[in-house]
Amino acid sequence: MVFVGSDGQLTVPTAVKIVIAGGFGTGKTTMVASVSEIPPLRTEELLTEAGVHVDDLAGIEGKDTTTVALDFGRITINTKVVLYLFGTPGQNRFWFMWDELATGAIGAVVLVDTRRLDSSFPSIDFFEHRGIPFIVAVNCFDGSQMYTVDEVRHALDLDEQIPVMLCDARDRASSKAVLVGLIQHSMNRLAAV
Amino acid sequence: MTGRDDWWYDEAAGPLVRPYAMVRGRTRPNAPDLHLVTQVRASSFASDQTSLTVEHREIMALCARPLSVAEVAAYLDVPLVVVKVLLSDLIERGDVLVQTSTPKIPDRDLLQAVLDGVRGI
Ligand SMILES: Nc1nc2c(ncn2[C@@H]2O[C@H](COP(=O)(O)OP(=O)(O)OP(=O)(O)O)[C@@H](O)[C@H]2O)c(=O)[nH]1
Ligand SMILES: [Mg+2]
Repeated sequence: MVFVGSDGQLTVPTAVKIVIAGGFGTGKTTMVASVSEIPPLRTEELLTEAGVHVDDLAGIEGKDTTTVALDFGRITINTKVVLYLFGTPGQNRFWFMWDELATGAIGAVVLVDTRRLDSSFPSIDFFEHRGIPFIVAVNCFDGSQMYTVDEVRHALDLDEQIPVMLCDARDRASSKAVLVGLIQHSMNRLAAV
Repeated sequence: MTGRDDWWYDEAAGPLVRPYAMVRGRTRPNAPDLHLVTQVRASSFASDQTSLTVEHREIMALCARPLSVAEVAAYLDVPLVVVKVLLSDLIERGDVLVQTSTPKIPDRDLLQAVLDGVRGI
């Protein structure tokens, strides 16, 4: 692949991203892995013990720091566009990370495990409050579909416009269908404004 | 990638110290905003690299193709904040090109391209 702009300089592709959110152990990393063209990568952000984002290394050495890990995958769309899929950090307290992830995102998939519906409430609140397009994907662990889509919608108190899909995060075709559902939802939202 | 284990290790101070030592006390006053997905790539007109550190050169090699800041950090196995300082050095030298805009919500054409792309995987 060669990227040459009109001025003859090398250029870079446009990057877009989708956030894969949801409660602890709902299958976020599994979904990233099932659609990514590379094995999921992991990168770490540095925090002080108080949970403050370290954005400057000056004087950091004397301080106790901790890290928050992000899993992400990649889908090269074409020579000009690349899509990144970011799993949110398991611990909900790192909201600054969520802000960085959500800025400019196409939208979010909120994964839900029906055995622990409440663990995905904070994710839904986050995207609702920030007006970021999202869909809910019910990860059917071991084919267990304990509730219908309507029951999940009701239990999560979701707007009619928010799509709810059933999926198996381990399955590439299933995860791909979820991504397609999200992108279409984002396009509909764009058309509506 | 080879040598990763070596360069994590610092005889005197133990593991993990070296990446911080590499950028100790340095800020990024004039550096562009580097976000997770900001695309960087090595310039085809890169300057003489003999004065660069091993880590800077490793970034130059990685960035022979366009990569996101997050990918560079992951492949180098250093925290994001460290890779941002190293990348800023290279950007300042003109050795690394960067996409300067902050991530903004894609327009309809871009969404359509992404939709077609995802359907095609
Ligand atoms: N049976 C079944 N197991 C699944 C499915 N999705 C994920 N798992 C398993 O559930 C566990 C948690 O999946 P992860 O993908 O690590 O979940 P996560 O949301 O990334 O977890 P955290 O990052 O720790 O919050 C793993 O052991 C997966 O193998 C599924 O659809 N069916
Ligand atoms: Mg995970």
